[in-house]
Amino acid sequence: MRKRILGLGSLLMMLAIVVSACGQAATSQTLTVYSGRSEELVGPIIDQFSKATGIKVQVRYGSTSELAATILEEGRNSPADIFFAQDPGGLGALAHLFAPIPDTILGQVEPRFRSPYGKWVGISGRARVVVYNTQDLSEADLPDDIWGFTDPKWKGRIGWAPSNGSFQGMVTAMRVLWGEEKTKQWLLGIKAVNPKMYPKNTPIVAAVGAGEIDVGFPNHYYLFRFLEEQGESFPARNYYLRDGGPGAVILVAGAGILETSQNKEDAERFLEFMLSLVAQQYFAGQTFEYPVVEGVTTHPLLKPLSEISSPEIDMADMADLKGTLKLLRETGVLP
Amino acid sequence: MPAVLIAVVVSLPLAYLLLRSLGAGGETWDLLFRSRTLDILGRTVVLVIAVTVVSVAISLPLAWLINRTDLPFRRVWLVLTMLPLVIPSYVAGLVIVTALGPRGMLQQVLAAPFGVERLPEIYGFPGAMLAIFLVSYPYVLLTLHASMRGLDPSLEEASRSLGHGPWDTFRRITLPQLRPAIAAGGLLVALYTLKDFGAVSLLRYETFTWAIYLQYQTSFDRMAAAALSLVLVVVAVIILVTEVRTRGRSQYHRSTVGVARPPACTRLGRWRWPALGFCAMIVLVALIMPISVLSYWLVRGVSAGEPLNVVWSSALNSGYVSGLAAAATVVAALPVAILAVRYSGRISALLERVSYVGFALPGIVIALALVFFGANYATPIYQTMGLLILAYVIMFLPQAVGPIRSSLLQVSRRVEEAARSLGRSPLQVLATVTLPLVRPGILAGAALVFLTTMKELPATLILSPIGFKTLATSIWSATSEGFFARAAVPALLLILVSSVPMALLVMRERRGQS
Repeated sequence: MRKRILGLGSLLMMLAIVVSACGQAATSQTLTVYSGRSEELVGPIIDQFSKATGIKVQVRYGSTSELAATILEEGRNSPADIFFAQDPGGLGALAHLFAPIPDTILGQVEPRFRSPYGKWVGISGRARVVVYNTQDLSEADLPDDIWGFTDPKWKGRIGWAPSNGSFQGMVTAMRVLWGEEKTKQWLLGIKAVNPKMYPKNTPIVAAVGAGEIDVGFPNHYYLFRFLEEQGESFPARNYYLRDGGPGAVILVAGAGILETSQNKEDAERFLEFMLSLVAQQYFAGQTFEYPVVEGVTTHPLLKPLSEISSPEIDMADMADLKGTLKLLRETGVLP
Repeated sequence: MPAVLIAVVVSLPLAYLLLRSLGAGGETWDLLFRSRTLDILGRTVVLVIAVTVVSVAISLPLAWLINRTDLPFRRVWLVLTMLPLVIPSYVAGLVIVTALGPRGMLQQVLAAPFGVERLPEIYGFPGAMLAIFLVSYPYVLLTLHASMRGLDPSLEEASRSLGHGPWDTFRRITLPQLRPAIAAGGLLVALYTLKDFGAVSLLRYETFTWAIYLQYQTSFDRMAAAALSLVLVVVAVIILVTEVRTRGRSQYHRSTVGVARPPACTRLGRWRWPALGFCAMIVLVALIMPISVLSYWLVRGVSAGEPLNVVWSSALNSGYVSGLAAAATVVAALPVAILAVRYSGRISALLERVSYVGFALPGIVIALALVFFGANYATPIYQTMGLLILAYVIMFLPQAVGPIRSSLLQVSRRVEEAARSLGRSPLQVLATVTLPLVRPGILAGAALVFLTTMKELPATLILSPIGFKTLATSIWSATSEGFFARAAVPALLLILVSSVPMALLVMRERRGQS
């Protein structure tokens, strides 16, 4: 009996702890970042920013889309100062909530890597590539341009991730470079050769490595994680499409400052730091991404940006995510 | 009434969905009324039925072996077979792809001796079903386990003494007595299947929840996602009504007065080995397979020079929030269950059913609902531990209500009335009579909530105090970038850390019985 009361008492105690924990609110002087990029990738460089500037940073990690939805729900009460997103789609979804970024920061970056309205700035670049299984194929077997994969000989051998933001960025690039009709034909053409649909890039690279599929359309840097963990023998490599085109477009991960931020000064210092040589060198050397500023040497395993025949697209043209989604639905690629 | 308060809190997500759906444009409704939607709905229903039926079919014999026979190491089997619940469904998905994929580990093993080039496709229905089954059958197992412990053996004895064989007795006496538990456990499995995203997306089986996530992921369209979620609520309501029909209206409590006795134990005899084989098979697929794949990732990564980081603070955080969530959820579930059983009527039944809505919705929907209410109307507690625990309670309440309700049905109202007539106050009766008698249900409920909180992701990511890391968030962070070796450590730790309280719980159970 006594034990029972003790048990009940300890339950109530726990509840009391929960309630008392409610009282502690976050302090406002630290910089709050909502990061759709994972801690594995950006955690170290954010720590360096804190050390270099003495500004305390709190980071909430999550997926780009879920954090974007969170900020939208939070509205004016959002505690976030900065939204650091995986892809331009996520930044575009919040563009109306961003404060303008000073030209001194924007000016450091090529126009194709930043918001045309000065709302957000690209921080690292990622190339769209074709990843292929080296046991079944060599580069010579691969078409010059992404259109070539609509050939019936690729039946059942392709993996793609149409729900992924980067993939959709590529389709938007197609619409800009090829026009609606040809893009539609490509989507239908690929659909006709029965591609396997993956939820995102990582499982595509894993499936190519396992030989489940022969080729896939991911971003370039996922491969390097597999090479790191499984060694050089991992039987997959990146192929940068010889003729360039939308299949070799460079997309950015970037960040914007929220209009509601009470700490815009520190937020701007954060963006400046991320574009500094130290940070850009970190992205180019540690996360296998492409720098968005001049004068940074990329990782030796990476094909330098200058050697990729990537199309020049104005960021302003890349903003129409809605149109891309409409096309993906019309063609039945997405439900 | 505390139950009313709980019902109000639990319906917050529903209010949020209605509010957001109102903002949905015509395009959304076009999206909804297309043949593709019906198609996806059909696929979802097929998956829900299949996973539920298989879970019951496997859990029933398993629970019987563990509770009612002289199977060796029964408690060990119980702990081992309930642990798969702690594995996040996307990890189960990754494990199945790695192990059983067309060119997975199994194929590699079979390649040399048998020349198997490629295994049959695991993607689609079979893989999705297997993955969800593996992470959800413990719902039925634990609910049944709690219920079997409270069965009145005198009914079975009467049946046997009237000349019915053991099989006949099981079919005609025991099984009907277990109906509420089967229904409650099956309900949890069905609703879980409805809301799973991780496994179905990795194994490429398009369900309704997958379509909802797609709205968030691709178009950042909260309105369309909310409208689709409401359809999910409708499906959940249909499932809930079905469950009420299957659970029946009979009495389930002890028929006679007297001291509770443990039921007779069936001697397995020569059936012992097949029985052990059956348990071993389940543990092999549901626990050994994931652990092997995780260990394989770990070894592969470490041998390629990956650093090995064991983050004990995350493990501690996981255990801490899960313990709090389990305690808070049980406390919230008690009034709901007591009301539903002791004061059964339309309103109390409605209250109990409403508590299931939070469980049937994808985690991201619950999380966003609380973001909306928290950030705008409860700013001081937004993104604090308190709100996070509240989110867990909303999501996991039915996991405690189900088992407690099934246990409470086995307690005769007369016992409580006797205590009242002897001068105890209602609260005293609750503390000294009712609670001890429904203990199996409380423990099962707490275990279910604990295990599912350990792996919970969307609400933890969005609503936790900033910088708060758990094992589940570490696993997700690593796998989302393809760092499988780095994900393996917290994933193995997740299973290990969860096994300790589960083992303690099962040991306590024995003391309670003697």
